[in-house]
Amino acid sequence: MDREDATARGPVSVRAMELIAAAALMAIGVVTMADSLRVGAGWASDGPQAGYFPFRMGLVLFLSSGVVFAVNLIGRRAGRRAFVEAAQFKMVLQVLLPSAAYVALIGAVGIYVAAGLFIGFFMWRIGRYPLWKLAPVSVLVPLALFFMFEVWFLVPLRKGPLEAFFGY
Amino acid sequence: MEEISALLDGFAIALTLQNISYMFIGISLGVLIGVLPGLGGANGVAILLPLTFAMSPTSAIIMLSCIYWGALFGGAITSILFNIPGEPWSVATTFDGHPMAQQGRAGEALTAAFTSSFVGAFCAVVLITFLAPLIASFALAFGPPEFFAVQLLTFCSFVGMSKESPFKTIAAMTLGFALAAVGLDTVTGQLRLTFGWTEMLRGFDFLIAVIGLFGIGEILLTMEEGLAFKGVTGRINLKVVLQTWAELPKYWITSLRSTIVGCWLGITPGGATPASFMSYGLAKRFSRHPDRFGQGEIEGVVAPETAAHAAGTSALLPMLTLGIPGSPTAAVLLGGLLIWGLQPGPLLFIEHKDFVWGLIASMYIGNIAGLIVVLTTVPLFAAVLRIPFSIIAPVIITVCAVGAYTVHNALLDVTVMLIFGVVGYIFKKLAYPLAPLVLALVLGDMAETSFRQSMLQSQGSLAIFWSNWLVGSIVTLAVFLLLWPLISMAFARLWRRAAGGRAAAK
Repeated sequence: MDREDATARGPVSVRAMELIAAAALMAIGVVTMADSLRVGAGWASDGPQAGYFPFRMGLVLFLSSGVVFAVNLIGRRAGRRAFVEAAQFKMVLQVLLPSAAYVALIGAVGIYVAAGLFIGFFMWRIGRYPLWKLAPVSVLVPLALFFMFEVWFLVPLRKGPLEAFFGY
Repeated sequence: MEEISALLDGFAIALTLQNISYMFIGISLGVLIGVLPGLGGANGVAILLPLTFAMSPTSAIIMLSCIYWGALFGGAITSILFNIPGEPWSVATTFDGHPMAQQGRAGEALTAAFTSSFVGAFCAVVLITFLAPLIASFALAFGPPEFFAVQLLTFCSFVGMSKESPFKTIAAMTLGFALAAVGLDTVTGQLRLTFGWTEMLRGFDFLIAVIGLFGIGEILLTMEEGLAFKGVTGRINLKVVLQTWAELPKYWITSLRSTIVGCWLGITPGGATPASFMSYGLAKRFSRHPDRFGQGEIEGVVAPETAAHAAGTSALLPMLTLGIPGSPTAAVLLGGLLIWGLQPGPLLFIEHKDFVWGLIASMYIGNIAGLIVVLTTVPLFAAVLRIPFSIIAPVIITVCAVGAYTVHNALLDVTVMLIFGVVGYIFKKLAYPLAPLVLALVLGDMAETSFRQSMLQSQGSLAIFWSNWLVGSIVTLAVFLLLWPLISMAFARLWRRAAGGRAAAK
């Protein structure tokens, strides 16, 4: 027991995370059931209503995640171990946050420019590559993708002002 | 026999220089896709489908199916060397494949995986050759209750055979069903779970879920370990290959069982992923050393790989003969066929004999070529993952985002992919199994349709699922598998009591 507590601290414990996840699933189950009841979950004159199947799925989801919730509430199996250690969490965020920014940018500047910025940022911030090394990669990869999809496959992807400037 | 002569004609078509070169290109691309996490077999085929528009349909489907084989083989490489399943169906291979690699037996594991895959796929192709003409008449007897029973069997086997808590498995599965229900209900025309957002009309596409859960989620999980895909060097030399080949025939029963499981789950809606899990579970249950599984037992690699490839290949059988895709990738290939103006079904065998038998012949050749390619180039593909993480991670994420975007040309999908990535990360850490979630998402609509149609036939009575011997036996087996953990626990307790009683009586 002491050994477990002595390991690196993290922002949230496994037990807390289990409870949060199970509670979230229970909530989704309830929402599913509620919406199914709205459409009708019983038997209409011509067969099962639209909500028939989802209601039962939502119910089973609620019950099974309820069991998980109860088990973690009562039992002490999960322990107070950290769900993710602080250092690990930092690493994960280092990928997640730039990725989220990248996805957000796609709408604004198009998928190719956003990709270039994303790759460049990543290489600079995390790989610590100097500008002259990361610039070619962050330009060439989106350029290659551009030629592959726009010119070769003729599959249009989300473009932005830069491409429009060049007439695409 | 008519099939043999048709097959020989097919070989003549497949063995042109052009088609052979397409085969090798396809396999190489496929292995590359299979190796990179997040680029999935189904998604890879979908992204590369436009590549083939300029080719004749026969050459195109040959190349696409070779991409498919390549992905099947390639998924094993990252599973074994990096503990990252390149495909959903190679998850089960990580259980024993990676421990083997960590013990320095990577070459053995890889050879076992590739050879088992080859055997499974080969048996499946032979099956296709002879069964394809027969399938149509049998499938006419398959009604909605039978279809639902098979889907039920797949899901119950997950719950019964999974090493995770059954409640978490059921939760993941029903979550998948709930997500599958989002959107427009085609039968009644009503909107379910959309809450007024018109963007949600389409519902959640399983491709997006797969990219998010297994691609982004995997990368996030890897990040915990730091900035490197920590992998084991995979060196295969001829000596290891021959040694492993000498050892493999020992496991012929496992192979046979896995092939049967794989072919069955490939033909019926199931696919390679449940086939691999089910056959792993069965191999463990029937093995003489079940506790060795998970520590680097070679049987734990043979079973899932044989089944996954048998399933992946035999999934093409219902796709070709009935137009029912037996797996997500088969579904994509079906889309390709329709784009080329070819209607899958019994008529395909009559009106487009060249196409069908050329394809089937190419499956034989493609498998052999695939085995050769993959045995000789493992270090090359493994080296791809040695490119510094800070370069390859954003590139993979970019390709995932592009892949997610191309599915429906929707920006929302990319956001959804990211959310699924976080979900996948959390689920993996909390030991919620992902495969039932994905499977429920893929088959949810199909399962619901079969269920509804069955209920319509029976007017609300569940008794229809025991109405004839076929349905009844499948459903009984499903319930048995569902309750298996309880049953085996009860047996174990009775056994111990009996043994204790006997000892006391002495």
